Amino acid sequence: MTPNPYLYLWLVPLLPLAGAAINGFFGRRLPKRAITTVALVFCGAAFVMALWLAAGFSAASAPYSSDLAHWIRSGDFQVDFSFYLDQLSLVMLLVVTGVGFLIHIYSVGYMWDDDGYYRFMAYLNLFMFFMLTLVLAKNYLVMFIGWEGVGLASYLLIGFWFTKDSAAAAGKKAFIVNRIGDFGFLIALFLMIQHFGSLDFTHVFAAARSLPTEMAGAGLLTAIGLLLMVGAAGKSAQIPLYVWLPDAMEGPTPVSALIHAATMVTAGVYMVARSSVIFDHAPMAMMVVAIIGTLTALFAATIGIAQTDIKKVLAYSTVSQLGYMFMACGVGAFSAGIFHLMTHAFFKGLLFLAAGSVIHGVGGEQDMRKMGGLRVYMPWTFATMGIATLAIAGIPPLAGFWSKDEILWQAYNASWAYWLIGVITAFITSFYMFRLMYMTFSGEYRGAAASDVHGHDAHAHDDHSHGHGHGEPHESPWVMLGPLVVLALLSVVGGFVGYGNHFEHFLAPVFQVGDVVAREASPEAGKSALEYLLMAVSVGVAGLGWFLAYLLYRRRPQLPARIAASLGGLYQAVSNKYYIDELYAALFVKPLIDGSTTILWHGVDQGVIDAAVNDSADAARHVSDTARHMQSGNLRSYAGWVAAGAAVVIAYMVWMGVR
Amino acid sequence: MVPLSYYLLLSGILFVCGVLGFLIKRNIITIFMSIELMLNGVNLSFVAFAAHWHALSGQVFVFFVMVVAAAEAAVGLAIIIAVYRTRETLNVDQVNLLKL
Repeated sequence: MTPNPYLYLWLVPLLPLAGAAINGFFGRRLPKRAITTVALVFCGAAFVMALWLAAGFSAASAPYSSDLAHWIRSGDFQVDFSFYLDQLSLVMLLVVTGVGFLIHIYSVGYMWDDDGYYRFMAYLNLFMFFMLTLVLAKNYLVMFIGWEGVGLASYLLIGFWFTKDSAAAAGKKAFIVNRIGDFGFLIALFLMIQHFGSLDFTHVFAAARSLPTEMAGAGLLTAIGLLLMVGAAGKSAQIPLYVWLPDAMEGPTPVSALIHAATMVTAGVYMVARSSVIFDHAPMAMMVVAIIGTLTALFAATIGIAQTDIKKVLAYSTVSQLGYMFMACGVGAFSAGIFHLMTHAFFKGLLFLAAGSVIHGVGGEQDMRKMGGLRVYMPWTFATMGIATLAIAGIPPLAGFWSKDEILWQAYNASWAYWLIGVITAFITSFYMFRLMYMTFSGEYRGAAASDVHGHDAHAHDDHSHGHGHGEPHESPWVMLGPLVVLALLSVVGGFVGYGNHFEHFLAPVFQVGDVVAREASPEAGKSALEYLLMAVSVGVAGLGWFLAYLLYRRRPQLPARIAASLGGLYQAVSNKYYIDELYAALFVKPLIDGSTTILWHGVDQGVIDAAVNDSADAARHVSDTARHMQSGNLRSYAGWVAAGAAVVIAYMVWMGVR
Repeated sequence: MVPLSYYLLLSGILFVCGVLGFLIKRNIITIFMSIELMLNGVNLSFVAFAAHWHALSGQVFVFFVMVVAAAEAAVGLAIIIAVYRTRETLNVDQVNLLKL
């Protein structure tokens, strides 16, 4: 009899934790080879475990849950450390461990020369632990542990080069913005405890299912849904809390790939999809999710057009793609959202890793204006990144085409407005991605004699310390190219799991609620001519975007500058990210800092608390200062005091007539 | 017969003279004599009350006070001689070796 893999479910998150503990506590003294072995073995073992679990799992499998330990027992309310494996968490499990493992391998090459190598590997493993806890949680509180934990890992890794001011500030920004989202998430949890008396998924969803759908007006479920969305917007970088993600590019590039593109930022999408029952009963919350997603998709994509930092383009692209996922969730197509999450993890992870390879190859330069012509120098990077670009642009038959098309089709079923904005975004996406490709890989190499590249400190460098000088751009070592190739393969074939709605059917047991079921129960009815027409339109606009990028950045490279000049203020606004950071700084950050400085610091702390302590001490000192003159050491003055005192007492007794 | 108040008044005057002498004088022997004056002022009031109330306890107290005063005089004069031998002065303001 073969052992039952479910019994070892708890091992999946704990393996990376063990790796993190070993590397974190002892890594300083271990040789780099040992660190590498520990990090890769523990992470790889989690991946193997996930594959083992997946092998015995099908669409028909019942969810498996395991209670590891009691945690909170308070009257009727109880929360346990328990894990839950169903189709949805399995998909997440495979994406997280699979992409995570590849990026671990890549990091070995990318971070090898860094002094903090052991620290980096320990953080990566720690991140894996928290992310797996998040996706395997059986109740919202365990999920929240993972949720906060990935935030912590993200903070540590963004600020990995903490001696650089901008990196430390970016880490802080990410952490604080995420706290705002977590605030909403927590209140949603409090509401659940108060009204459902439980945080367990099964209990909460059963309770939510028994409530009527809040068609008109807003009730409890709408409130919970909106608050969950606040949390998701923080974690998954949606309007208005997306501002931390572009800054998070200060971290090492593998971190950008793993945490800020492939896995952590999709936690919000996962959480919304997991709470599909709640959202399904709260149409207003759903609508808010869809609108936020749609607007974010368009908004971030337009910013992406004018960025010159290769990682910033990808960052805004990530925000935009996450918007697509929320759009899908918002129109009830949760499985399409998760599908896009998966394919996005492949191609966006690949894009970031390839970008990292480019940055590595040109010696830390991130400005695309100083690249160009790299196709000759790094053919493998070019080929894999090209595949990822085709995938994200939605060119069939690559992965992005399938998932994006699915989302657009479902969005069209909800409202043509979502679809229209989605298609416009697809066009812009295609344009800025091919712009990136042309600026980076075609034409002539514009990087100056690459040795003085390090002098440009105005830009945020990935300044991991290369031991060797950079004469010419060079291809990256195979330990970095290997993951690129694997991810490129996945980006090509990853979409086919969605062919014939296989993916939807696989996830159907999880999302078997309300009208979603009705829509998905008739799979072939929707495959009308209309769907093919919409498909053709989205492919068409992707091709159009490609063509425009080709025209502007390959054929007539001087044209973009002229266009930018003629657009004037609009171009300035876009390239400065619509001044959102400045707006937030003026609206929230500055009043907060000023208020803290003048009222809390100078006013309350110095004026009241310090003053109370200091003034009472001063008063005591003054009284003592006066009183100490009585103790002069002069015997006759003491005698005088005694005599005077006696005189006073006697006078008193005589006066009052005391007998 | 002399009324009680006269005795008490004299007693008070003697006591106050003793106090003032103690406070004002610098010579250690004078201070010593001022203390004796205070004690004897009190003694006078004791015997006056004893006579007035026909009670013996006041006179007994006077004997106690005289015994203590005699003992004190013996010890005190010995200290004064010792001080004079080492310091060659009887001014209290100059005998301040123990002062902080």
